[in-house]
Amino acid sequence: MMFVRILGRMGNPFLGLLRELGEMAILLVNCLLWLPRPPYRLRHFFGQLEFIGVRSLFIVALTGLFTGMVLALQAYYGFRKFGGESLLGGAVALSMTREIGPVLTSLMVAARAGSAMAAELGTMRVTEQVDALLAMAVHPVHYLALPRVLSGLIMVPLLTVVDVFIGILGGYFVGVMLLGINPGTYMQKMVEMVVASDLYNGLFKSMVFGLLLALISCHQGLKARGGAQGVGLVTTRAVVYSAVAILIVDYMLTALLF
Amino acid sequence: MHLIRLVDVHKAFNGFRVLDGLNLTVKQGEIIVILGRSGTGKSVLLKHLIGLIRPDRGQVLLEGVDLARLPERELFSVRKRFGYLFQHGALLDSLTIGQNIAFPLQEHTSWPRSQIEEVVATKLAQVGLPGVENKMPSELSGGMQKRAALARALALDPEIMLFDEPTTGLDPITTTTIRQLIAETVRGLKLTAVVISHDIELALALADVIAFLHQGKILTQESPVSFQLSPLPEVQQFLKGEPD
Ligand SMILES: Nc1ncnc2c1ncn2[C@@H]1O[C@H](COP(=O)(O)OP(=O)(O)OP(=O)(O)O)[C@@H](O)[C@H]1O
Ligand SMILES: [Mg+2]
Repeated sequence: MMFVRILGRMGNPFLGLLRELGEMAILLVNCLLWLPRPPYRLRHFFGQLEFIGVRSLFIVALTGLFTGMVLALQAYYGFRKFGGESLLGGAVALSMTREIGPVLTSLMVAARAGSAMAAELGTMRVTEQVDALLAMAVHPVHYLALPRVLSGLIMVPLLTVVDVFIGILGGYFVGVMLLGINPGTYMQKMVEMVVASDLYNGLFKSMVFGLLLALISCHQGLKARGGAQGVGLVTTRAVVYSAVAILIVDYMLTALLF
Repeated sequence: MHLIRLVDVHKAFNGFRVLDGLNLTVKQGEIIVILGRSGTGKSVLLKHLIGLIRPDRGQVLLEGVDLARLPERELFSVRKRFGYLFQHGALLDSLTIGQNIAFPLQEHTSWPRSQIEEVVATKLAQVGLPGVENKMPSELSGGMQKRAALARALALDPEIMLFDEPTTGLDPITTTTIRQLIAETVRGLKLTAVVISHDIELALALADVIAFLHQGKILTQESPVSFQLSPLPEVQQFLKGEPD
């Protein structure tokens, strides 16, 4: 009896997770099915691109700058122990392109844009605006989810490029200007150590993360019920689930890709 | 003959029974007003008519086709025949009033922009809100939002109009204007309207048929004249506004 009850308690969250994953898979398939169908609502789509991309630019650049700088400091501390300071440029660039750029950019976009998506769609759900779309024979997936998911897929990699580029500049600034590493060596090691596939894999990762965070945020938003409290709940969930998903998928992709 | 027919519709939320064996018929070309006390399930009933809510049991027949069992995709083509006014308006709050009313036109017609703008201006003038195209919904009062939503529901001159309390929260003068607008539109274009209300005056002035919803069932469905003379104690209590 005890045993069954404990199993039941363990089973509930697990089943809940499975259901969420299933619902998200359905949302993704629905997005794909709606993708080729008119009307295309380009202005609406550009609005989303701007919201997710352009308006995340500043926060992503800031994140990139400081992570690049702190990476340089930390790597310097480590490399100095065996006289490997010259590797600093490569180390900063590698970790930015392969790992920190994609992950931190996605986390920042999840916090900034994912939360906003979930709150907006959640509010639309509880104020019957989603029902109004249905009543006007417009599918919420087509009108609301698809442009957001596409924008996540497109903009997160672009933002990652910005993040990585500025991070490398920040690393250069700390390494060369503050810690006095020879600029020639710094650049040379960087070019030697980073290969094209590091870049591609990092960008591929960030595409997956962008898709994930937009999908999760839209899914949570459209699931909202009740009132303001319900919207608050799905907004929190959107950010937490996105962050956890990004970190878990990051490990899996890294294990598979690299 | 019957455009819409609900047969033995049951709907419960978390075990709480809202519709409990409801039957209703709506004929082509008529205005039917559904009266009932607050919280009896009038809005829930209306949502069944376009498949926003599916019944637990029973049929929602539109020209003999059961919407309760229609796949989602086919529901969308059915919904194009309807105009729906939500109880709280449900304007899209990221769009201006003008864009809201243009929305169904942009989605379902290939009209040029100038024609759409013309229709938007006409509909807004009809509901007594000329020139608010560029305002956001949040800049309007509740009653104005409701009227803008009415303009949106009328935008495509849909065959079947579903209005959830079109005059609640409006002043008496505007109420009369809206009532006349609904009557003129429906009669002029030979449309069909299902109107929800708890306003008896509106019902008597507007309806061809009045239906009374009570405890999950339609107790009676008859002409305004005979409705007023109804022997049912629930109807008489409602008409006189006597407390329980
Ligand atoms: N989505 C839902 N989930 C749970 N309960 C619901 C839901 N929708 C409606 N209800 C319940 O169904 C009952 C009827 O609601 P409905 O909104 O249809 O009432 P109404 O007749 O339109 O009232 P009013 O005149 O005040 O608008 C209410 O008790 C409400 O709590
Ligand atoms: Mg209601």
